Amino acid sequence: MNRIDPSEITPEHIYLSRRSFMVGVAATAGAAVLAGCEVGGDTGTSGEGASTTVGTPGSTGAATDELGQGLTSYEAVTTYNNFYEFTVDKEEVAEKAADFVSTPWTLEVGGLVDSPRTFTIADLLALLPEEERIYRMRCVEGWSMVIPWLGIPLGALLEMVGPTSEARFVRFQSIDDPEHLPGQKKYSYDWPYIEGLRLDEATHDLTLLSTGLYGKRLLPQNGAPIRLVVPWKYGFKSIKSIVKIELVREMPVSFWMASSPREYGFYANVNPTVDHPRWSQKAERRIGEFGRRDTLMFNGYDEVASLYEGMDLRKDF
Amino acid sequence: MRTGGHVGALVPGLLLAWDAATGGLSVDPVKELTQRTGKDAFVLLVLSLAVGPIVRITGLRTVAPLARILGLYAFGYATLHLLAFVGLDFGFRGDLIVDGVLEKRFALIGLTAFLILLVLTATSTRARVRRLGPIWKRIHRLAYLAGAFATLHYLWAVKTITREQLAWAGVVGVLLALRLPEAAGLFVLTRRKLTRERPPRDGPPTAES
Repeated sequence: MNRIDPSEITPEHIYLSRRSFMVGVAATAGAAVLAGCEVGGDTGTSGEGASTTVGTPGSTGAATDELGQGLTSYEAVTTYNNFYEFTVDKEEVAEKAADFVSTPWTLEVGGLVDSPRTFTIADLLALLPEEERIYRMRCVEGWSMVIPWLGIPLGALLEMVGPTSEARFVRFQSIDDPEHLPGQKKYSYDWPYIEGLRLDEATHDLTLLSTGLYGKRLLPQNGAPIRLVVPWKYGFKSIKSIVKIELVREMPVSFWMASSPREYGFYANVNPTVDHPRWSQKAERRIGEFGRRDTLMFNGYDEVASLYEGMDLRKDF
Repeated sequence: MRTGGHVGALVPGLLLAWDAATGGLSVDPVKELTQRTGKDAFVLLVLSLAVGPIVRITGLRTVAPLARILGLYAFGYATLHLLAFVGLDFGFRGDLIVDGVLEKRFALIGLTAFLILLVLTATSTRARVRRLGPIWKRIHRLAYLAGAFATLHYLWAVKTITREQLAWAGVVGVLLALRLPEAAGLFVLTRRKLTRERPPRDGPPTAES
């Protein structure tokens, strides 16, 4: 049992102030090194303060994303969730997921790879350093958040198992456990949840396998213990509570493609010019704000545009 | 009675203002503000429509002024509801509002109900009532149409219709049915039952008859 009591969770303002403190510590330490050897003994002491926080080696110390947009509150990120395995009511997921146990957990990585492996979360974190990434998340329903994730680049994990030359897509599978996931009993979807990425999307530097947010391990409602984060695609592509990752030859059929093929395609790139059949995608409501923001192409991550060169994104939505 | 009407109608608004000021709204305050003002407008409109039948059944004429008071507050909350939709939700952006209304066609039904309430509010002053005379009564029967549209808007807007919404629809249905000419006899019967102790033939004529 590695569950986190809500009282242990760092409130957002402390998290933010701690990070600015850490930035200060780092700056002081840096200055000390530059200043020479006479204060050398002190830098180690300063370093300890930083290491007690759940590892944020890549922490930027920023309270905004790269566009200067502020973080969504920890409360909103952990109480406003789409996770149909628990319930379709976004504001009820946290409560319904409270007793979900995600330890022990194993992640199977296989398919068309040279060396298939099964990892525990501890294995993964020992092998690959966690990084902090502040990403915008845009839900297909028309709302968005800015979240400081912790995680490892998916590309680094795939490199460890070595995809064969035949591998073209990556297929992800969520946990299948109707006894502990009331939504899987209640709603007649084709469980478990499946998602997929093209190999070049999966190995893109932005693509993250997340194990935490706001400096803490993921809570069940956010997809504990490990989930995908693909910030330039609609939120539903970022599959939660993953148990299996497979390298495959054919394009996987995702959960939503199977459920309503007319409404959901494989790519699901954030695109303000292609509306969902039932609603516009031109703008979005940032949770915690009034009014709407214009939705950005690829959710503002223009660096992925080259992945889709020559494709008709109206057809491949 | 009037004071009670004002106080009762102001309470939900004050609670909402309190919640907004103390951060008691959910993480999706736009949704909560929109839904609560809409619900308050709807409930006050239904209560306003219920005043007429209550007076006719019980003969309690002292409650009659509540129809106007509650109706005016219903319009007030409906205005806040509309403002929340176009302002808080869509930031007063015309292009987004047009898209939003096309996606949520029930918004048009709600808008129709709002426009009816606007007309009723504009013609609710004493001077207007006097000047319009018999036409005023006809115009103000539109309140029932507003009630029907508001109900449709409410049932259509929610994702899943619950027992509560069905119950409200039932109440509005009964209130509309009581407007039918056939219902007039029902009122006479009910009132006779309520006043059985004093046989109407022998007693002095009452003010209403």
